[in-house]
Amino acid sequence: MKKLLIGNEAVAWGLYNGGIGLVSSYPGTPSTEITEFLAKHDDIHSEWAPNEKVAMEAAFGASLAGMRSVCAMKHVGLNVAADPLFTLSYTGVTGGMVVCVADDPAMHSSQNEQDSRHYAIAAKVPMLEPSDSAEAYAFARSAFELSEKYDTPVLLRMCTRIAHSQCVVDIGEREEVPLKEYVKQPSKYIMMPGYAKQRHPIVEERTEKLKALAEDCMYNKVELADNREIGIITSGCSYLYVKEVFGDDVSVLKIGMPNPLPEKMIRDFAAQVKKLYVIEELDPVIENHVKALGIAVTGKSLFSAIGEFSQKTIREAFLKEGYPVKDIPEAQGDAPAVPGRPPMMCSGCPHRGMYYTLVKNHITVLGDIGCYTLGAVAPLNALDSTLCMGASISGIHGFNAARGKETEKKTVAVIGDSTFMHSGMTGLVNIAYNATNSTVIILDNSITGMTGHQQNPTTGYNIKGDPAAKVNLEALCKALGINRVRVVDPYDLKACEEAVLEELAVEEPSVIISRRPCVLLKYVKPKTPLQVDMDKCRGCKKCMKMGCPSISFKEGKARIDKTLCVGCGVCEQLCAFGAIGGKNE
Amino acid sequence: MRTMSVMIVGVGGQGSLLASRLLGTLLTDEGYDVKVSEVHGMSQRGGSVVTYVRFGEKVYSPIVTEGECDYIISFEKLEAARYAGCLRKGGKIIVNTQEIDPMPVITGAAEYPAGVLEELKAKGFDIDDFDALTPAVEAGSSKAVNIVLMGHFAKCTEIPKEKWLAALEKVINPKFLEMNKTAFERGYGA
Repeated sequence: MKKLLIGNEAVAWGLYNGGIGLVSSYPGTPSTEITEFLAKHDDIHSEWAPNEKVAMEAAFGASLAGMRSVCAMKHVGLNVAADPLFTLSYTGVTGGMVVCVADDPAMHSSQNEQDSRHYAIAAKVPMLEPSDSAEAYAFARSAFELSEKYDTPVLLRMCTRIAHSQCVVDIGEREEVPLKEYVKQPSKYIMMPGYAKQRHPIVEERTEKLKALAEDCMYNKVELADNREIGIITSGCSYLYVKEVFGDDVSVLKIGMPNPLPEKMIRDFAAQVKKLYVIEELDPVIENHVKALGIAVTGKSLFSAIGEFSQKTIREAFLKEGYPVKDIPEAQGDAPAVPGRPPMMCSGCPHRGMYYTLVKNHITVLGDIGCYTLGAVAPLNALDSTLCMGASISGIHGFNAARGKETEKKTVAVIGDSTFMHSGMTGLVNIAYNATNSTVIILDNSITGMTGHQQNPTTGYNIKGDPAAKVNLEALCKALGINRVRVVDPYDLKACEEAVLEELAVEEPSVIISRRPCVLLKYVKPKTPLQVDMDKCRGCKKCMKMGCPSISFKEGKARIDKTLCVGCGVCEQLCAFGAIGGKNE
Repeated sequence: MRTMSVMIVGVGGQGSLLASRLLGTLLTDEGYDVKVSEVHGMSQRGGSVVTYVRFGEKVYSPIVTEGECDYIISFEKLEAARYAGCLRKGGKIIVNTQEIDPMPVITGAAEYPAGVLEELKAKGFDIDDFDALTPAVEAGSSKAVNIVLMGHFAKCTEIPKEKWLAALEKVINPKFLEMNKTAFERGYGA
């Protein structure tokens, strides 16, 4: 069956046909669709976990029980799951285990650029890296066998450009893999020092075996051309850009297994070309390996360690090297300078009312990861920091511990419902246990919004949309040791302000749950769009201060775009002249 | 044949991903090697969005860079100007004349550039601008702007209309198929 597939769907098909039995993940762009596509199959177990560490450990449990298992995450998710990964390298697997990790060069939707290849090297586990959807399918499909044969979890590295670009993939049939027998093996699966010491040499031996595999496998390949003036070692999407520019005119060593790297293959290739280049996005991982072999090579001195590459990157670099590059496209002309169009919180976004309240009262806000991070941009400029999942709550504790009374009455942490489940809870325990007078606002929009509406343990539904246990946030926060917990509707500005000022004033830690479902959820029906009464509007621009995309300012008056407005009514509460309403014409 | 490149650009939420899926499906059915590339996540929330569609005998790169694009299909005027530098000499820009203010314009930090399409035309760009919003609303939904534009673009290709309609049936939810077919026809006739 031939289909046009994004890389993530191709991975999902490869894993499905490769005999997967369980997938557990936390959503993270650009990895999310791998799990979403797998969840469509009812003959395997699929789930959203509260975070990546839990997901990887669930996959470990399934593997221990003899089932082929997977977890998928974005690069920063692998930081969260790094703890089990490093020890899983020692225990190895029973059922094959694959960890899909998607990097995001250029940070289309991430807080840093991070090269996950370092984790494969540091944890001493094999990593595969496809260049397009067809390879994503083939590599994923073969990964379970690789995992079982070498007794190791396998990392499958994607990046935004591979995960979200489509090409035609030929999908085969599913291989039914029976559960392997469960046998108690304490010295393999209990990693206390005595047993772990016995496992480390096994890991080193495995790396030697994998190095031998790297010399002769489907993942790495040499494409020798008549032209031996230059040779290029490359991988992932950089391979595509190299082929786009040079076609079959130059010699290429394509690396599909970035860890461990082949030694002999690289030496042989280098010996056959006059000048050797490494072209790889992000860090000089292959380049450093080649240099360590004592081979002269040009890499990051010519290609940046920042951002995504393209065919243009390759063309410009080789022109600079004085190499004749053919078929350079001729542009019609330059694009004129136009205003930027940054992403923003949607019309009617429930976070806006709470942010408006915080900004109005000049409150310092430690932020977190999610749609609500968009409150950081103009005109709200509501946030003071955003580090990683859960850091708002852990951070406010340290912030207030450092400055005490000076900050605790005018500083809050904000965190989403899904992020609170991911890694906010432990931070809140710390606030209660180590006692700072901190105020935490849970922006509960009843969904994981940022990644495109995945369920989480607070929504009452599982990955299939079936009813599931629902965490009661009020009861949870109390159980974690917070006595003051209250709920407000962020569309009600008066209630928001009362809640924030009261909780900041009290002499004990508190939680405000700002609860209103995301406006993009299907069950949330928009209300009648509001309108501006032009006679009453004085052009004071107060309504413009909260950055609603529905409101613009033309000819000295505010205007509301009927096609965008969902009638949330927050601007109506702001207008001192009663100019905004639902019934005015 | 050389590899051909199309860019579909607009504002997050306007339906450019569906338009690219339609074009990708059609070109695959036509027997081309096809690569489609898009970006999801935070960048979709009301931000500037670009999707690349490339086709030919053998396509390597999924992305389109300066001077490589044969057709830019823009869902909004400002976005046409933003990506115009990608247009190949002799290429064409199809643009919906709708204006959507970006946040810097809303906050007053910038102005929506007046006469931006005229400026491009004066520079020698081949611009085919028309109102795609009205026919979309007439067809049944302002959300059908994407299919109106694809209908208009269909005339620029040598692929018969029936093939386009067949691809439409593959990618559109049956509930909305008739409305989208009407939108396509309106665009084709515009």
